[in-house]
This record gives sequence, C-alpha cells and structure tokens, in this order.
Amino acid sequence: MSAYAPGSAEAVRSVLSALPADERLILPALQRLQESFGYIPDGAVDAVADELNVSRAEVVGVLTYYHDLRQTPPPAVVVQVCVAEACQAQGVRELLRGIEGEYAVAVGKRTVAGDVEFDKVYCLGNCALGPAVMVNGHLVGRCDTRRLRTAIEAAR
Amino acid sequence: MTRIYVPRDSAAVSVGADDVARMLEEALAARGASVEIVRNGSRGMLWLEPFIEVETPNGRVGYGPVTVEDVGPLLDAGLLDGGAHALCHGPVDQIPWLASQQRVSFARVGVHDPLDLDDYRASGGLRGLQRALTMPDDEICADVLASGLRGRGGAGFPAGIKWRTVMEAEADQKYVCCNADEGDSGTFADRMLMEGGPFALLEGMAIAGIAAGATKGLIYVRSEYPAAIRTLRTAIDIARVDGWLGDDVLGSGRAFDLRVVEAAGSYVCGEETAMLESLEGKRGMVRPKPPIPALQGLFGKPTLVHNVLTLSAVPAILADGAAAYQALGFDRSRGTQVFQLAGNIARGGIVELAFGVTLRELVLDYGGGTANGRPLRAVQVGGPLGAYLPGDTLDIPMDYEALAAAGGLLGHGGIVVFDDTVDMAAQARFAMEFCAVESCGKCTPCRIGSTRGVEVIDRITAGIDRDRNLVLLEELCETMTDGSLCAMGGLTPLPVRSALAHFPEDFHRAPEATEP
Ligand SMILES: Cc1cc2nc3c(=O)[nH]c(=O)nc-3n(C[C@H](O)[C@H](O)[C@H](O)COP(=O)(O)O)c2cc1C
Ligand code: SF4
Ligand code: FES
Repeated sequence: MSAYAPGSAEAVRSVLSALPADERLILPALQRLQESFGYIPDGAVDAVADELNVSRAEVVGVLTYYHDLRQTPPPAVVVQVCVAEACQAQGVRELLRGIEGEYAVAVGKRTVAGDVEFDKVYCLGNCALGPAVMVNGHLVGRCDTRRLRTAIEAAR
Repeated sequence: MTRIYVPRDSAAVSVGADDVARMLEEALAARGASVEIVRNGSRGMLWLEPFIEVETPNGRVGYGPVTVEDVGPLLDAGLLDGGAHALCHGPVDQIPWLASQQRVSFARVGVHDPLDLDDYRASGGLRGLQRALTMPDDEICADVLASGLRGRGGAGFPAGIKWRTVMEAEADQKYVCCNADEGDSGTFADRMLMEGGPFALLEGMAIAGIAAGATKGLIYVRSEYPAAIRTLRTAIDIARVDGWLGDDVLGSGRAFDLRVVEAAGSYVCGEETAMLESLEGKRGMVRPKPPIPALQGLFGKPTLVHNVLTLSAVPAILADGAAAYQALGFDRSRGTQVFQLAGNIARGGIVELAFGVTLRELVLDYGGGTANGRPLRAVQVGGPLGAYLPGDTLDIPMDYEALAAAGGLLGHGGIVVFDDTVDMAAQARFAMEFCAVESCGKCTPCRIGSTRGVEVIDRITAGIDRDRNLVLLEELCETMTDGSLCAMGGLTPLPVRSALAHFPEDFHRAPEATEP
C-alpha cells in the first residue's frame, strides 16, 4: 500500500482488497484503514460499502458508533485520561486541573492543545495504580502532571 | 545461572518495570554477572510494583517497589543472593498477603514467563484438555456443572447449563466467544490473566470448544489492552505450533482454533449480545433476548459466551476434578472469586479467595484501608453499575446472594475504595453521565433518562427545588430500572440510589459546598 498516497482512493482500495476472509466485515475494515492511515479517510465510506456490498448507511452507522474510530488524523501525541471511579478516588480531578493549568484545555472528548490531544476514557485496567493515563498506547500509572509531562515528551 | 524476575504486566510497566529491567541488565553486564532476566506476569501485589524476585536456594526472594535508582544499591546489598535491604520482603511464598490466598485461576500468574509453554506444562498445564479429550462431551459439561462454576462476567449464571445448551444445539457451526471487554472500572483481573497467564484461557476455551462441539473461538479484547492483545496472539501461535490448537487438537482428530478480535471503545459492547453484534462488524447494539446466544449467537449460530475468568477456571476443574473446585466457596457460590482491590487503598491488587470472605477482610485486612490514611467513607463493589456501600458496614460476605441481599452486586469482583473527601452526589451524577455517554441508544429510559438524571442531580446539588427534584430522581431511577433492555440502563440506578440511601447528607449540602 506504500505505492499510493496515504488515504488516497487507491490506498484505501488496496487495504480493503487485502482483508483476510474473516475480516470482510464493516468494523474490521474500518479498523484496518485506521491502522494504515491513522484515521478513516474521506471516501472510505463508499469504498467500504462497495467492497463489502453493504449500504453506505450501515458503514456510517458503524463509523459513528465506536469511540476509537476517527475521521481526522491524530496529532503527534494522544493522551487518554481515565476519569472512572477508581481514578477519581485516587485524585484524577486534581490531575485534570493540572492539565487545564498547563495545557490550557479542559479534557473532554478529543480536545486538542497544539500537538497533543486529550481524551477522557473510562478505565484503562490500572485501577490500583491511578490516576491512570495512556500516552500513545503506553500506560502511565500514578500519573501526576510531572509524570505526564515526561511521557508526552517521550512520545513526541 | 541466577534468575531475576521483573514483571512485564502493564501495571508494573506503568510504574517503571521496563526501565528497571533495562537498568538491571546494564548494571549486571557492567559487573560481569551472568544472570537471566525473566519477564514474568505480576503477582498482583500492585502497591509493590515494580516487584522483582531473585531465585535463591531458599526460594524466590522479593523486592519492591524498585526504582531505577534502587538497582545499584540493591546489587551492592547482595540482591543476587537474596540479600537484606529495606525493600526486601523475604521469600515470596511466605508473604502472608499472598500465602493466605486460594489461587486457582491466578495460580501461575506472576510465577512464570507467561509465554513459556514448558513452564505451563511442568506446572500441570494441558492436563485438563488432555482429560477432556478422553471424555464424552456430556460428561465434560456435567463436570463443569458439578463444579458449581458460575459466570464471572457479572450475571453469575451456572456455566454448566450454558455448556449443555450449546452442546445439545444442532448446527453446522458453533462458536466459543470469550468476553474480554472488561469495561467495568475498578477491574483488571481479565487483563492481568491475559497478560500473565494466557495459556490457561486458551486451554479453557479449547475444552469449552471440544465439549460444546464448537470448532472456532474468538476472544473479544478491548482496545485499551494492547499488551494483552499482543500476548494472546503470540500465545495462540505457540499453541498452534505445539499442536493443541488447530485442526487436530493434541492428535485427537478434533479441531479448535482461536482468533483475537480487537474491540473499538464501547462499554456496552461488553454486554454479550452487543459483543456479538460487534464481532459481526456492526454497531454494538444490544439484542433482545430470546433468542439466547447459546442457541442463536454469532452469525445466528449456537455460541458459548463466557468471561475470561470463567474460561480460565476450567482447566483446573477438568484437571483436578469438579469436587476439588466445588469444595471451595460458600452456599451457592462455589469455587474462588478473583477480587480486585482498587481506588484509594493502601494495598491494591489481586486477591483470589473462596467466596464468603467478607468485604471487611478484603478492604481492611488485605487492602489496609485507604492509601492516604484518611477515614474510609465509601466502597463501590461490582463496577460502575455496582452499589456504593458505607465504610462502616463492611461485614458483608462476598458471594452472589449475600451481596444481592445487601442491595449490591458482585459484578466482576471490583472493589473501589473512597476516603472521606468523596462527594457522593458527584458520584451519583457520574453514574448517570457514564450511562448517557455509553448508552447504545436502543431504549428511551436509558438514553434519555440518564441525561435527565444528570440534569436533575445538578439541580439538587444547586439547591433548586430540592424535594421535588429528589422525587423526580427516584421516579427516573424507577423508569430506568423497569424499562431498560439491558443492565446498562437497568442498573445505573443502583449506584445512584445507594448513594442517596447511604449518604443523603451529600445531596443536602449548601450549594456552594459541592464540587462542580
Ligand atoms: C452493560 C454491560 C456490560 C458488560 N460488560 C462485560 C464485560 O466487560 N465483560 C464480561 O465478561 N461481561 C460483561 N457483561 C456481562 C455479559 O453480558 C455476559 O453476561 C457475560 O459475558 C457472560 O459470561 P459469564 O457467563 O462467564 O459471566 C456486561 C453486561 C452488561 C449489561
Ligand atoms: S439499557 Fe441502554 S445500553 Fe442497554 S439496550 Fe437499552 S439503551 Fe442500550
Ligand atoms: S478506573 Fe481508572 S484505570 Fe480503572
């Protein structure tokens, strides 16, 4: 697929035609596209509908349902902050205030500050070592603003 | 050659285990010591992570929590011989926190390199599958039923009954689906088992497949668990090469193969029918039941759906017999439960014990109370849909029925501790907000009710028309409980109502005193 411009119609077709038999379904098709390009490019909806012989509406339905799927390229660093109960009990509200002070964003649904995106998530499976944060897929336990800063630097 | 164990578990890595392993390697090379560093799973003593262990003639000696800066001084203190040091906890087998547990599902987790199949075999692995392959299918199902094993995903349904239903269903294709969505906050046992003991899960699924007549298995893992996904995929490859997954399981002529499917970030997809929709590549909408998945599940075929912990308990049941498992436990809750101590707790982690242990023993004796030493005010048991219980009524035996009688639920065994700074009105609001964000949208009480719930709680805490809004909140809870298709909308009222019942003062504070 490297032969085509990332996200171009040809690149999309090439990813889709390489789907193994048990992944010729809407969600895996979208996941493979996101794996290849970092996001689901424009035009992918029609291509997926064509390739899998399903309606456009079904593809859009799946694309908009799942939180992980994104239609815009991700910035350099993606920070997922767990705001669920165990992390609340371990001071995530303070961490959120710290982030707001340092990066001037209120952590919400994919809020962006420069090259960093902050996203609220519910549990990262690290509930005894909270607050838990994931930076570009790397889990950070007992996270405070200092540890977060280090992790963001390392991810850049 | 001396062996040092440094956990590869994500929780251990999240507090520096990889850095410690790297530093150890460098320091040992510099000292010319020939030492093998094994990356094991975690023992589940998470407050001690990174917890490293050294093999000595007197058994494995543990140290923790170890930082990069500790490595040099530890080596100076004779780490390689299990030497004394402030971070030393002595022989790991004798640490009371660990030694007093009854580990069945977690027996191997933290002990071995999770991907070392020889270790797995040497410690009794694959005996269950071997035995199952010599038994008629209905006897395997009968064994699982006799063990008393109930689903660990939350509902607690007897596993053996499901197995028999799928076994007896006639179809050209059947499936075993492992629910590894582990969406409940405060729970991490599925993750630790997948990362630290994947072969037990694969073996349990193979046994289930053989018994139920299913040749294909799928493991639906949440995307928040990349390390678990990697470990499982590698473990599956190893098992295939070794011949116990694939077309001819251990030379029996029977087929069972497995595949890992990555989820895409939706809490409701942990509900089994929504998971099946998602596995079919669709929106994760909950299906009405009947039909039950055991008869019409994945792609309409009979499907055995179980949680990670349910399936991982199966190899031991088949290997050591149903009676041994059944002998553990309390009343109608048989065997062991993997409790997860989380939140503001001094000694958080994995405690696997027979059912019947009290919440007090778990939270105070094992957990050591709050981490920051403040008074313990509330405990949420069973995830985001579980009840908040007051810190002064912890004498509840932990089993399905006793918890239900106390107005709670066991769920996936998560226990989250809060100190006296917790604002229970904010926690109730959060429960409604979570439901509003994660609702699949199929039923109005869940979708709209939760959004209204947030607004009503906001009015209550703002002091607007309090009494009327409290009545309204109660009515909303009732509508959600009665009118929701699944437990998302049906149980969200549980944390809300329990907060109201046990901590009414938090809903009656002067408005400016409540957190926004
Ligand atoms: C909203 C919701 C979320 C759920 N999430 C999970 C989950 O993450 N993992 C799980 O095993 N079961 C979950 N369940 C329970 C499953 O529907 C199902 O009962 C379970 O997977 C069956 O396996 P078991 O018999 O081993 O418990 C959830 C249920 C609901 C209503
Ligand atoms: S209760 Fe909520 S999550 Fe469950 S089916 Fe209804 S709308 Fe979907
Ligand atoms: S609640 Fe935050 S990691 Fe589980």
